[in-house]
Amino acid sequence: MNPAQGERAALVFLVLAAPLPWLVDSGTLVHFGIMVFQAATLGQAWNILGGMGGQFSFGHAAFFGAGAYTTAILQLRFGVDAWSGFFAAILAGAVVALVIGLASFRFGLRGSYFALVTLAFAEVLRILANTLEITGAGVGLLLPLAPGLERLQFADRRGYYLLALFLCAASLLVARAVAGSRLGARLVAVRENEEAASALGVDPFAVKMRAILLSGAMAASVGAFYVQYFLYLDPHIAFGPQVSVEALLGPIVGGPGTVAGPLAGAFLLQLLGEASRALAGGATGANLVVYGIVLILIVRFLPGGLAGLARARAERAGAGS
Amino acid sequence: MLEVRELRAGYGPVEILRGVDLDVAKGEVVALLGANGAGKTTLNRTLSGLLRPRAGSIRFAGEPIGGLSAEAVLARGLVHVPEGRRIFANLTVRENLLLGAYRRGRARRRANLERVLALFPRLAERLGQPAGTLSGGEQQMLAIGRGLMAEPSLLVLDEPSLGLAPMIVRQVLELAAGLARDGLAVLLVEQNVVQALAVARRAYVLEQGRIAAAGPAAELLADDRLRRLYLGL
Repeated sequence: MNPAQGERAALVFLVLAAPLPWLVDSGTLVHFGIMVFQAATLGQAWNILGGMGGQFSFGHAAFFGAGAYTTAILQLRFGVDAWSGFFAAILAGAVVALVIGLASFRFGLRGSYFALVTLAFAEVLRILANTLEITGAGVGLLLPLAPGLERLQFADRRGYYLLALFLCAASLLVARAVAGSRLGARLVAVRENEEAASALGVDPFAVKMRAILLSGAMAASVGAFYVQYFLYLDPHIAFGPQVSVEALLGPIVGGPGTVAGPLAGAFLLQLLGEASRALAGGATGANLVVYGIVLILIVRFLPGGLAGLARARAERAGAGS
Repeated sequence: MLEVRELRAGYGPVEILRGVDLDVAKGEVVALLGANGAGKTTLNRTLSGLLRPRAGSIRFAGEPIGGLSAEAVLARGLVHVPEGRRIFANLTVRENLLLGAYRRGRARRRANLERVLALFPRLAERLGQPAGTLSGGEQQMLAIGRGLMAEPSLLVLDEPSLGLAPMIVRQVLELAAGLARDGLAVLLVEQNVVQALAVARRAYVLEQGRIAAAGPAAELLADDRLRRLYLGL
């Protein structure tokens, strides 16, 4: 399977998945789907910066949490409607990205230094959310249950399912557009060799800034969705390291830098997570152990992720014929 | 094609280029010679837009380009092939070449690819191979090919002989001469004096940020004083 086939497969998968909850009456399936789409969208956000651009963020929780808190606070404290809150959340994600991007890329931080800076930002935001009154401190924020499309809440979970699927499809289309654009080519050049990219007239700083702004905005939309779905938020949920890990795990497992990778990875990981929770009899953290093992195996044996595996198989088949 | 007048540039308090004049015309290879630290790299960076000139002018195809961004300079057709080859080692030869033309549409990219591959049959054989697995000479060919993908009218070759066997160096330099015969302007920045002068029509010797000598390549080679002082022969 080449990347273009992978993209098509991912889009077909989403189209086929859309009517599924109306065909199979299962609350578990709906929730599972929502979790997959949410993780895939967050992963896609990470993928644009980390996969295509090679800037490994370990703090995508900063964007996710900024989005989640922005809409929750606007709705609770300022009476803003959920839709405006949603778009404000996306904006907030871009603002946090601007700050993190300027603070790291302006000073040429790369590799593990960049990863550490992003991690630090997410932790600072977590501590702030834990102490400030406006974020509800450690108690968190609870949104009133009030189903209605104008409040972006659904009595029927299938509404959330469709919304999550829509976000996932949108993120996929954005990633596809980026991959096929000049920005995508510039990102790959910067990822592979910044000096060589400069010789091609690419300005690495400008390219990385554009990628982190897009990535931050996308990740923030997932945070806003989370608030609408669970109607509860606390500092750990919003800014905890598990969010950052989830953001990077899917694309790394699925195939970093590929458009279909984050969705494939999110699907596999959620499946493994569910299976391990069932097998471990609901022991908390069992899924994290499995994630850890999968990550080690992937990095050791499949550095290109599932997409790399598919590509290698296609090449072998091509060479054999 | 390229006219540089009284160019001054540097980093922080240090002025490296202290008034450089240089011309390159269409269809000629011009060698820029100089020892380490003479200012060759700084001149290159200033020409390709990575460094802002402090004073003086750079005119390219009749228009001033001093102070433009690297991408704007590239878009006008001044393309830089960096030293040390600076290829994308993990990407395939094809991907490397296509990235050279990322600013162009799909059809132009494909046409340019065919043109470059016709020039470098060795690369055509290795299209699907990671660039890092190529030999040193092939990597230099790839770097030049990638530069040509951007449709230059002036190609700046930065130390193309670096780390290559003498026979390969000759191949690379003859290739540069061939490109000039086809109408390209080539600025060849080299430490390998003899080989560079063998293919260049004219040459400049850069010494402590100034042009210490300039003239037809044959005259520079014949001038005993210049040979001793600047060319180390």
